Formats: sequence, C-alpha cells, structure tokens
Amino acid sequence: MSKRSVADLKIGERATIQSFENQVMSLKLLEMGCLPGAEVCLCGKAPLGDPICLDVSGYCLALRKSEAATIFVD
Amino acid sequence: MNFFASPIWQTTNYTELSSPVIALVGNPNAGKSSLFNQLTGLRQKTGNFPGVTVDKKFGTWSIDAQTVATVVDLPGVYSIYPKSLDEQLVTDILANPDHADYPDVAIVVVDASNLHRNLLLFTQVADLKVPVILALNMLDVAHKQAKEVNAVKLAMRLGVPVVRINARTGEGLDSLKKAVTSQIQEPTLPGKLFFDPADEAPDLIADTRQQYGLDNNYLALQYVIQHDGFTFLNRQQQIGLDALIDKHQFNEQTFQAGETITRYKRIAAIVTETMTNQRPIGQPTWSQKLDHVLLHPVWGYAIFGFILLLIFQAIFAWAQPFMDAIDTGVAWLNGQLKESMPAGPLTDLLTDGVLAGVGGILVFIPQIAFLFLLVSLLEESGYMSRVMVIMDRIMRKFGLNGRSVVPLISGVACAVPAIMATRSIGTRRDRLITILVTPLMSCSARLPIYTILIALVVPSHRVLGVFNLQGLALMGLYLLGLASALLAAYILKLFLRTKERSYFIMELPTFKMPRWNHVGLAVWESVRSFVWEAGRVILAISVILWVLASYGPGDAMNQAEARVRQQNPSLATDQLQNQIASERLEASYAGVFGHFIEPTIRPLGYDWKIGIALLSSFAAREVFVGTMATIYSIGDGADDEGVTVRERLQQERNPKTGGPMYTPALAWSLLIFYVFAMMCMSTLAATQRETKSWKWPGVQLLYMMSLAYLAAFATYQFLK
Repeated sequence: MSKRSVADLKIGERATIQSFENQVMSLKLLEMGCLPGAEVCLCGKAPLGDPICLDVSGYCLALRKSEAATIFVD
Repeated sequence: MNFFASPIWQTTNYTELSSPVIALVGNPNAGKSSLFNQLTGLRQKTGNFPGVTVDKKFGTWSIDAQTVATVVDLPGVYSIYPKSLDEQLVTDILANPDHADYPDVAIVVVDASNLHRNLLLFTQVADLKVPVILALNMLDVAHKQAKEVNAVKLAMRLGVPVVRINARTGEGLDSLKKAVTSQIQEPTLPGKLFFDPADEAPDLIADTRQQYGLDNNYLALQYVIQHDGFTFLNRQQQIGLDALIDKHQFNEQTFQAGETITRYKRIAAIVTETMTNQRPIGQPTWSQKLDHVLLHPVWGYAIFGFILLLIFQAIFAWAQPFMDAIDTGVAWLNGQLKESMPAGPLTDLLTDGVLAGVGGILVFIPQIAFLFLLVSLLEESGYMSRVMVIMDRIMRKFGLNGRSVVPLISGVACAVPAIMATRSIGTRRDRLITILVTPLMSCSARLPIYTILIALVVPSHRVLGVFNLQGLALMGLYLLGLASALLAAYILKLFLRTKERSYFIMELPTFKMPRWNHVGLAVWESVRSFVWEAGRVILAISVILWVLASYGPGDAMNQAEARVRQQNPSLATDQLQNQIASERLEASYAGVFGHFIEPTIRPLGYDWKIGIALLSSFAAREVFVGTMATIYSIGDGADDEGVTVRERLQQERNPKTGGPMYTPALAWSLLIFYVFAMMCMSTLAATQRETKSWKWPGVQLLYMMSLAYLAAFATYQFLK
C-alpha cells in the first residue's frame, strides 16, 4: 500500500505525522510545528481545493496540496 | 548587592550603555509591532499578516532619566534560519556582535496562545547568547482558549526574565522596563544551551570555534550552516567554512532538521510543566467558524468580489461629495485671488500656475483616504491572509504566489511600497515576476486621471439601482490593470525558467478587531505622503510649466496675438480673448514642445496640448492632471473665475471638427494609455534597488510603454 499523506485527508479527519518525503520542504514544515508524532487535522480547504488548512500545534497553517503530499501520516 | 551595583553602573565604565540598543524579535502576528508602537510612540503600521514589517524600524524609548534606548523592530520570523529576504535581516544582526544594530537586549515577543511554536525562535535567539527577555503577550487570547501560563515557572525553566505584557493595551510595560534595566546592568543568561550542536558534531564545532575565534557553539553552527548568507563574512572566510563542511562530511539539512526536532521535544516538556490547557479537543474557535464561510467555494469568492466592489464604490461614489466640495472651494479661491490681487504675471503664476496645479491634487484626497481606510481594515482584521489563501491557486497558474496578492493589492495604492513588500516572497522567480507586473496595477496616482476622464465621457447613471455607471467604468479600468498584470506574469513565466521549487506555507492568524488608531494612522500617513511627496513635484512642475506656457521664443507669442486681432476684427471680446490665449499658448515654449512630439502621438488621437501633459508626466504620472489644469487655464482666456478643471476640459473644442475635443475615443485612448504606461521614476528606482540590476527596470519600462502605446492606438482607431 502506498503511503498516505496529509493531502489525502478528508475535512475534519485527524492523523499523526510519520515522516517527510522531501528534506528541503521538511525543514520549513518542521519549523512551523509539523513534527513527527504531532497530530494534525484538516480543518478546511480553499475554494479550489488547494491550498488546504491544517490545524497543527494549536494554530491554523495554510499550505499547498503539493507540499501537504510530502507529509506522510499513519 | 543591588545597593552597590546601581551607583557603580552609573558612575563607571558602563556609562556608554546609556543609549542601549533593544531589538524586538518574534513570530509574525505575535504583537511585536504593537509593542513597538507602545514603547516608542513613533507611529508605524502593524499588519495582521506575515511580512508587513518589510524594513527594520527604529524608535526611541526613554527607560529612565539616564537611559534612552534605541528600539529596533525586526521582521517577524519563525526561526533563525531565513526563508526569504526580509527574514535574512534578523540573522544578519543577531549572529554578528559587530553589527551596528546588535542589541544589548533582545525582547522576544511570544504569543501565549501558541507558546509551543513561538518558543522555537526564542530558544534559538537565547542560544546565540544575546541577553534576552521573554515578553509573554496575548495572555487574554490564551485565557479565552482555556490556556493558562505560569510565568514564574517559565522563567525558572528557561533561565531568563519573563514579563507578562499586553501589547495592545500597554499593560506590563513598567515590569518590562525594570527587566530591561536589570538585563543591561547584570545580564541573566541561561546556564547552558537549549540545544548544543557539539553534542552531535563535536569536531566540526571545535574546529569552527578555533578557526573563527568564536566562544559559542551555537554561533559556530550558524557560521557553518548559514555562511553563504552572512554578509559580514568575507569570501575567504566563506570558502574556509565550505572546506570545514567537506572535511567533516557534514549534512546541513539533516542536522537542521534534527535541531528543530530536538528543540521542539525540549519545548514540549517545558510547555507541559508551565501551561495548563483545558481546552476541549476539537471545539472550533470562532475564527475557524468564520473561515468556513470566508474560504467557502462560492461564498469565499463572492465575499472577496463584494469587498472589491465596495472599495470601488467608496472611491468613486462616496468620495464624490467631498471631492466636489474641494473642487468648488479651489475654484472659488482662484476667483477670489484674481479679483483681489492686482493683475499681472505674479497673480497669474499664483492662480493659473500654483493653485491650478495643487488644486488638481488636493481634490483626490477623499479617494485616497477611502482606499487606504478599507485596505488597512482588511490588513488589520486578518482577512488579507485569507485572500492570499483563496487566490494562491489562481496566482500559481500565472507564475505568481498567494503572497503576491499583498503586493498586487498594495499596488492599487502605490507601487513603491508594493515592490518592497515582495521581499516576503521566498521563491526568487515568484518574487521577480511579482516585481515586474505590480506597476500594472492601477495606483492612486492614476486615480486622478481616471476620475477626470471618466467624468467627461461616462454618464453618471445608476445601474441595478445601486451601482454608479462611472464607478463601474472605474472598476473596469482597475480590472484591466489586474488582467494585464496576470497576463504579463504568465508570459514572463514562460521566459523565466527555474529549478527552484515554488512554495506557499503560511500561518493563518486569528481574526482580530482592527485597532482604530493604527487604521487612522495608516490613512493619515498615506494622505500626508501623497499630498507632500507628490504635491511638491507637482507644484514644481506646475510652476515650470506655467513659465514655459507663458513665454515663447522671441516675439512669437505677441506676433500670434497681433495676427488673431488682425484676422478677426469683428469677433466679440470674449471669443477674441479665448482665441488670443489659445494662439499665444501654441506659440509658447510649451506649445513648441507639444508640436514637436505631436506626430508620434497623433495616431493615438492626441494633440499638442495633451503632448505637453504626457511629456511633463513622464517622470511621475500624477503630474498629468495638474498639467492639464495649468494648460487649459492658460489657454482659456481671461474670464474663467470659478471654473473647475473638468468644466474646462468639457468646454475644450477640437479646432478641426468644431465639436468637443474630449470625445469618448480620445478619452478612452488616454485612459488605456495610462493604465499601462510606466510613468513613474520612483517605481523604476524601487525595481532597480530590489532586483539589484538595471536590466529589470529596463525590461519593465520597455514592455509597459510598448503595451501602452499599442493599446491606446488600438483603442483610438477602434472607437474613432
């Protein structure tokens, strides 16, 4: 089974971050509080489905779907 | 101890610290700029979206009788590792003790409602061994979310002074003063590093410390990882660090990722000890509920569109009564001056030159005030970052970025700050494209031109009962500017290829009540700078133009007058005066210039009078209306008391057809010309500064001017 990423979440769905696909991107995401083991919740999407809004580490983070796809969840 | 310490500090070698430097550091939206305003009273704008503090800002803060501190407001960052140009500044200062702005104390402003993420930056700044104070802000927001922070415990765990403040109301500033004073006298530094890179890479850190004479492991790590961006290192030193990285087979990215994870782990332990969180899991905040509507597929765009429409409605319809009042007032003053002052060149200069030119600018104050009022409300409330989110997908198609929205919207006010605001765009190509297309957005300097020409040719009908036809025409021009900016971006995207990956990762701040004093100041600042900065240029050009239009080469003007009198002996006095004035203008220096360029602008429908206005507004387009006012008041004969600029244009006749000069074809051709034309030296200078090359301002000037000429040509030929 291919790995699930944050981009696959449905609105309101929760998941725990496992690992990152891309190291350069992961540096930015880690600093914003997207840590392995942290729980995220997809709280909304922009009108065209992209970017998406994540509830992570107690605040709302907006990011593109292509970036969300580099965050693997369990 | 304190009893002795205090007088010693005041009398001995510490006296040079009587003007210490204090830096404000913090995440975006943590309240840093609000604190800056509270401390310095020096007014500046605080936005509610990342990247508003484009440049560092300075102010003074008198701490006590002997101490006046310089406060530096640094751009908001999430970590010490910069991701865009504006963020680079923070590390450049904090990692370089020899920097002129290196702080004696850094106040790290922390949003208590998001302690976890805010502490990452704090621990990094503390590890650079800058004496720090943690200012715990937004405790009221945290309280509403059922989070309580124990400041005393936090201070003990972190080993630094922690002060509870409210940057909006100014609570806790006395305690902050005390903490700053004691940090200057006897700095309290944490005993050990939160994250010691020597634990992971001992040899590399030891080598770096030794070769560069550093006594701090974390600073040594910054030298290793960030040396390419450190402007204070010379080429030799940077190459030396590359060699060290090779020698120790060091992987910066893996190490940096490890650092962030380790820091967050330690921060999590500290937060658990010092903060209680009784917030029920999964309960949406009212900000989130609001986002459901504002980011909704239908409502999201509908609301954004409605807000844009509202802005144009305000600029055109609501501002009209104020503008009419100013317009009539200036015309009345002009008439009064002409009546009460002795006739002569001085009176003419004052009325036809100065007052006509300046009046043409004063009249646009209401529109600019309305525009900035609404734009700063959007920024203050936090709605602007939602706009970035809903626009990112669309912007991406054009080689832009959601973050390009702020420069583009600011461009409606003025392209210069807008181009500076592109520094928050992390990707280089996205940033360059944004810089190149932003001046296509119709700035406030175009507004006077639009207004006056639309009023000439578009009737003031109501459409659908609410919207004014003139307002819709104005909105059409703004949309044309936007559409052409997007199209230009799309074309530039095809030419500018890059391997760099574009990204958009942004915090959505919670909605906030706008601070009315900040909004008021933003409006005041913009009106003041428009009147003062643009006004001075316009005043100078108006006077020069009046001179050029009132005097001609040799005896040409008097000959023209004599010729008119001879040819039309039977004309009524009024008509004769008009005819004479017109002929005299044509024979003047300005008239000669106008005639000289007439052949090139004839295909666009312009005559030599408009040619004069085009030439004079080449460096700054806002001069156009002032010039028109000056030209037509000179060319309009003597009997023109109490006549507004618009009425003068309306009365202007085309000498060939005998009909009105300002036909719809001509007015639209001019309008379209000014939508595209790059007639602003300040913008070109800003582009040069920001791209650090002469190539890009050249490209910008060339493509916009060609576009303007071709589009105006097409418009005139089509409508004629």
